[in-house]
Amino acid sequence: MKNHVWRSLSLAIGLIAFGATLASAAQVEKFFDRHGNLVVQEKVERYKRRADEGTTFPVPPPPFSEGIFPCSDCHADMTPNPKRRELVEMHDDIVLEHAEGQRWCLDCHNLDDRDKLRLVSGELIPFTESYRLCGQCHGDKYRDWKVGIHGKRTGYWNGEKQYLLCANCHNPHSPRFKALKPLPPPVRPENLNRQGIAEGSEHN
Amino acid sequence: MSNKSQCDKHAFQQSRRKVLKGLAAGVGALALPAPNASASAWEAFFQKNFRELDRDELKQVLARLESEYSKEYGKDVTVKATLPIEGVKYGYGLDLSRCIGCRRCVYACVGENNQSREPQIHWIRVLQLNKEKGVALEYAEHYYNPEEVPVEGHFYMPVQCQQCENPPCTKVCPVQATWQENDGIVVVDYNWCIGCRYCMAACPYGARHFNWTKGKLPKEEMNPETHYLGNRPRPTGVVEKCTFCIQRTREQPGRYPACEEICPVGARKFGNLLDPKGEMRYLIENKRVFILKEDLNTQPKFFYFYAT
Repeated sequence: MKNHVWRSLSLAIGLIAFGATLASAAQVEKFFDRHGNLVVQEKVERYKRRADEGTTFPVPPPPFSEGIFPCSDCHADMTPNPKRRELVEMHDDIVLEHAEGQRWCLDCHNLDDRDKLRLVSGELIPFTESYRLCGQCHGDKYRDWKVGIHGKRTGYWNGEKQYLLCANCHNPHSPRFKALKPLPPPVRPENLNRQGIAEGSEHN
Repeated sequence: MSNKSQCDKHAFQQSRRKVLKGLAAGVGALALPAPNASASAWEAFFQKNFRELDRDELKQVLARLESEYSKEYGKDVTVKATLPIEGVKYGYGLDLSRCIGCRRCVYACVGENNQSREPQIHWIRVLQLNKEKGVALEYAEHYYNPEEVPVEGHFYMPVQCQQCENPPCTKVCPVQATWQENDGIVVVDYNWCIGCRYCMAACPYGARHFNWTKGKLPKEEMNPETHYLGNRPRPTGVVEKCTFCIQRTREQPGRYPACEEICPVGARKFGNLLDPKGEMRYLIENKRVFILKEDLNTQPKFFYFYAT
């Protein structure tokens, strides 16, 4: 008899929990259709979560300039100024060469909590997950980066892998990869002597 | 013909045979190690082909080489003979839309693989190509040396051993000193190679290089982590080539090749072609891929691709 009571009680608890999840899933959404009429309907799951969503990638620490982070060290006592302007007192060394006509600081940096970056959705993310911020526009690169095609991946080919943040190779404010001095070319055959040693090299 | 002259002729024939025999013996003796050579030189002389060594013989050979190299370079040199990993076929990817031709890979390879510094041997050659002409090797330039790369209007294509699945180089070797391993890497037994250089003539990629002299390899720059079929110091008169850093990639877990690790733009990709979830399969399935000189049916396992 006692056993029977316990069983029905646990069933009841299970039903309540199930009902609660149903209730939370059955949210409504409102939007205007193409004729301008307001539509209120049950929210449907349009966006399928990717298998890797929510997973973080093993990345090195972000390449901050020395002493710049945490930003709140200075910004905590300042009144945030959301007005679009040219910075003169601080950060004036940053020249934005990254679709500068269409964006400014606070499109990526967060106004209230300066130690965080801000996605378009309003979600705040730490600097260590900045790849999600970049991936908002550069989705194709983000997709390739996750599987190790875009960007450099080190570690072991059949073991643990180490990723690099986008910002480790590209300056986020001026992302074009900077030109490098090439290492010396091979010696031309006509500049070799009979021993195969380059003429005029320091070993002769 | 008189009896005497016939007899004379016979005598001459006999003596000619003797002369030839003597000559052959003399020439043969020249190939032997010098009379005052060390025991290890004699051992090396009678060493079998790498693929015919049994376990004990291989152990002895490796020990002999280790002691030889340790003495020569004044540090503890290890010579491994790690076997291929089961179920692995190595493949390499190179993103032509990323490579900027900085030649970091060339010198990382030289440092890792103990190439001769003088005369200079590079396993990787970076070609500068014209964007308007495309992959047209007749317009390739590999002695480019501007202040900064990439140069406007050009792109860069590093060429190294393509680790062909159908390698022309191994077929022409008269002594079977070079062959393809089970993981797809084409290797050379430097102790078996006779230096005829047929393989160099057969290779359509210029990937094989010859040791004309005992190359200069500074002691302090010598990499002591070596593999018998890979980066151990090479004797004079043998052919060498890229082995996908066999001494790194066959480890468990396997490190990336040195050229892959150094690349500042991440243009180089490496992995197991038999792993359907690996990066190599992803890039072959999803990117524009080509192999160099496809028409020769060498079936390279080195894939050039464009990520964008």
